[in-house]
Amino acid sequence: MKPAPFSYYRTRSVPETVARLAELGDGAKILAGGQSLVPMMNFRLARPDALVDVTRIPGLEYLRAGPDGLRIGALTRHRTVELCRDPVVLDGFGLLPRAARWIGHYPIRARGTFGGSIAHADPAAEWCLLAVLLEANVVLAGPAGARTVPVSDFFEGFYTTTAEPDEMITELHFPRAARHAALTEFAQRQGDFAVVAAAVSVDLGVAGPPRPGAACRSVRVVLGGVGPLPFVVDTGALGGQPAAAATWRAAGELAAAQIDPPADGHGGPAYRRRLAATLVERALTEAAAAP
Amino acid sequence: MTTGTSIPRGAIGASMARKEDPRLLRGRGRFGGDFARPGQLWARLVRSPVAHGRLRSIGTDDAARADGVVTVVTAASLPPGLAIPVRLQVQDADLRDYLQPVLAADTVRYVGEPVAVVVAGDPYAAEDAAELVDLDIDEAPAVLDAAAAAGPDAPRLFPGGNVAADFTLGYGDVAGAFARADRIVEIAVEIGRHGAVPLEPRALLADPDPATGRLSIFGMTKVPVFNRDLLATLLGMDETLIHVHAVDAGGGFGARGEFYPEDFLVPWLARTLRRPVMWVEDRGEHLVAVNHSRQQVHQIAAAFDTSGRILGLRDDVVHDNGAYCRTHGIIVPELTVAMLPGPYRVPAYRGRVRVVLTSKTPCGTYRAPGRFEGSTAREQLLDVAAHQLKISRNEIRSRNLLRADELPCQRSMSTLGTDVVLDAGDYPALLAAAQAEADRLGYPDEVERGRRAGRLRGLGVAAFLEKSGLGPQETADVVVSRTGAVHVFSGGTSLGQGIETVLAQIAADALGADPDQVSVVNGDTDRQPFGGGSWASRSTVVAGSAVHAAAGAVRDRAAEIAARMLEADPGDLVSEHGRISVRGDPGAAVTLAEVARATAPASPYLRPGEPAGLSARRRFEVAHMTYPYGVHLAVVDVDPGTGGVQVLRYLVAYEVGRAVNPALVAGQLRGGAAQGIGGALLEEFCYDENGQPQSATFMDYRMPTAAEVPPIDVLITQDSPAPGNPLGVRGAGEGGVSAAGAVLASAVRDALGLAGSVGRLPLTPARVQELATNGGGR
Repeated sequence: MKPAPFSYYRTRSVPETVARLAELGDGAKILAGGQSLVPMMNFRLARPDALVDVTRIPGLEYLRAGPDGLRIGALTRHRTVELCRDPVVLDGFGLLPRAARWIGHYPIRARGTFGGSIAHADPAAEWCLLAVLLEANVVLAGPAGARTVPVSDFFEGFYTTTAEPDEMITELHFPRAARHAALTEFAQRQGDFAVVAAAVSVDLGVAGPPRPGAACRSVRVVLGGVGPLPFVVDTGALGGQPAAAATWRAAGELAAAQIDPPADGHGGPAYRRRLAATLVERALTEAAAAP
Repeated sequence: MTTGTSIPRGAIGASMARKEDPRLLRGRGRFGGDFARPGQLWARLVRSPVAHGRLRSIGTDDAARADGVVTVVTAASLPPGLAIPVRLQVQDADLRDYLQPVLAADTVRYVGEPVAVVVAGDPYAAEDAAELVDLDIDEAPAVLDAAAAAGPDAPRLFPGGNVAADFTLGYGDVAGAFARADRIVEIAVEIGRHGAVPLEPRALLADPDPATGRLSIFGMTKVPVFNRDLLATLLGMDETLIHVHAVDAGGGFGARGEFYPEDFLVPWLARTLRRPVMWVEDRGEHLVAVNHSRQQVHQIAAAFDTSGRILGLRDDVVHDNGAYCRTHGIIVPELTVAMLPGPYRVPAYRGRVRVVLTSKTPCGTYRAPGRFEGSTAREQLLDVAAHQLKISRNEIRSRNLLRADELPCQRSMSTLGTDVVLDAGDYPALLAAAQAEADRLGYPDEVERGRRAGRLRGLGVAAFLEKSGLGPQETADVVVSRTGAVHVFSGGTSLGQGIETVLAQIAADALGADPDQVSVVNGDTDRQPFGGGSWASRSTVVAGSAVHAAAGAVRDRAAEIAARMLEADPGDLVSEHGRISVRGDPGAAVTLAEVARATAPASPYLRPGEPAGLSARRRFEVAHMTYPYGVHLAVVDVDPGTGGVQVLRYLVAYEVGRAVNPALVAGQLRGGAAQGIGGALLEEFCYDENGQPQSATFMDYRMPTAAEVPPIDVLITQDSPAPGNPLGVRGAGEGGVSAAGAVLASAVRDALGLAGSVGRLPLTPARVQELATNGGGR
């Protein structure tokens, strides 16, 4: 469990990083917290020729809420999101600090970065699920300047994205608030990767818990741990349904019926489908009750 | 000689802080990997990547040419026919054909089996070069299911087949008992493969001294004298030329410190290369290299009369031992069937076990070997029987537990080379005390509250019998130096269990000194060449008794010298707090330091022919083990939506005979329970259909963390001092884990309202979810 040989560079700015990446070519990886990359290197599952450490670049750690939504700097620590109490952020994006608590353990949250997690593209990772749920945009810097990519065009599969080897994520942009939203997951131990994770939002048209007889305008459900990408459940059938327990249960069954999850040490496909149904129902119950 | 010295109060029975803590908590402990010698080389093992196959060739040229590499060694470089012998030979089993070679020569039998070793100037270079060793292996089918592997048509791992041993222990007319039974209850229970997994992986440094030919070894724990002697034999050396040093260890639990291939390779390399060689195991290696344990399938049945009394018990066990028989031989399967009747009145019993070899990491002991497994099967059987007989789970146990007046109880079986004689105790009283404690702590109320709130909440109960204090002997030396410091040289090893503190308390008690005056060195083969090691919950019992005797002898000798110094009668002296004084005249006193100096050569107080120095060596011998016992109770919640099991409350009630240090006994029980929760709910070494390990990281091999382990309640009783040793102590090392599988199976079964058995451990969420949906097995 010692990494294969590699060279190490530390950069101080985004342009310097892009130039360094262009010079190093395909074999280089960005080190942006290292909470996934370094263990993979120690297992020799990842063998980058070079690491470009971007964690000392100033100015990339922020959460900024404004009229066009929420912008999160790529080097924002998970822990910073977790501790965020800015009322402007919490108003509409309170899901993010709540969801941060599901990420690993405290040392991981203190070191791991938002942009690093998106770049790593683990399909069960909390930020990846929320980026899909909330239809975020990824802002990338490359030799030709900045470009913005919707996450639907960013994640390609397990740990793979459409970012070029000489590009660096600088920011995540969440254009739309989601007041009634929740993320829940199940793992046998606190802090483990989710066996299945469910990120959901429901549009009730108004703030506060649903009044009796209220209907959902629309429901959005994204699952992690059931395939190579965050899985977006087709919830068209739920639009206009009552904002009530029976609908949340139906959403769970709908999700279970649509996925084709893998078998692994946690259980077979049938178990993961049951888990998905449970978690979607629970997440929607929580989401609807959000203030 | 008898003296009138009195034993000070407080040394035994006090929860004094651990003597180990100042160094361990300040980062001053010295673990195997902390040592370094000038010019030290690093070894890296090359391990088989396939589960079973013929080793056609090993290409070492590229690795040997890599930067920093000193040598690459394969079986061809070693003395021929090297295999690691069995340390504990029982039941006359001939295991010679199934022993593990130091390096595989022609066949590999599990993923992780050592096939070569690379030595380089630093650990990175060694690991880089190890990847360059080219293995040409002709793959053969992996043998993974032990029951199938025992059959005649299974692919063979060894020419003699896959069954290393097949034996039956028992007594009485089992067939007759079942023939006249009013009810027969039979279940199948499977225990998942898991293991000790101490948090410090293994480490070993061997440092040869070219001037003397001596070899210093750092990192061997558990049974250092045995390992020294075996190493000497394998290397063809005199054993006194090998010095195994005392080191700290980050947990042992049965797996650390047995003699593994690396324990030959590293010293052999150091001698051959005439340079210090260090090897530090990484976690990835550890999880495939160190002994696994526990994997068994039980087909267990009991015959009952109309009142629920056991007439007979039988069990048929298939024990998956992995690819080889290692140092433990077949003691885990033997302990399983020998201890299976537990604390109950079982008039007739037969336990058969087949020890089957499979294409997996070889197995050995893990804390409460055989008892964790057997107690799970037996207690689950009693739960199912209680259901069928329509009596409570407590009632079936109290009707069948041996009463105090039925002890000692000899069972016509042997284990670990000793007859099974349950020595003393009151098992029903402890069950009642445990129930009362759980009531006092509110367990039943908590179950009721949860159920009223709609939760699937269950209470588990399990009774168990432990064993401890295995002989045949332990030796201790006690030496008082010129400053009055008392030095104990014992044969145990410090694995984190606090044995230094316990032995210091025992020495202080016997000597009339303060524990602070006493220092304890465990596991240094030069200081204590006759030690038996720390395992099998033996050290407090046997090492403690040896220390007690040696310290008592020193006290007597000190009193004899003090009497000459004070011109008093030895019978009038009192030894307390390191001072020996004349009774009724506290001013007339000498300190232990003064007495020690009075034993120096040429001292006027020494008589002609008397040896100098204030010291004694004593040996404690014991023919029988002592059998502690206990009860576990637990409250769990089952989440039917996820299959998750949350342990809410957990009580260990345990009869320890006499608690030398109650806080350390409680610590042992709590730590054991935490490990047991892991084995019952979380931990499993899984393999895919090709025999590839699927639990090779701490992500996939799920040990419990603080979040999964509730506060463990402990009830320590000292109502039944062990008759077989002068201190009355019983071992405390394994009682916390022994019934953890049993009690959590019981609790989950209760939460789900199953009629049958839970069937299998660990109770993973997928398995529990299935039980919640489909119910249990018969």
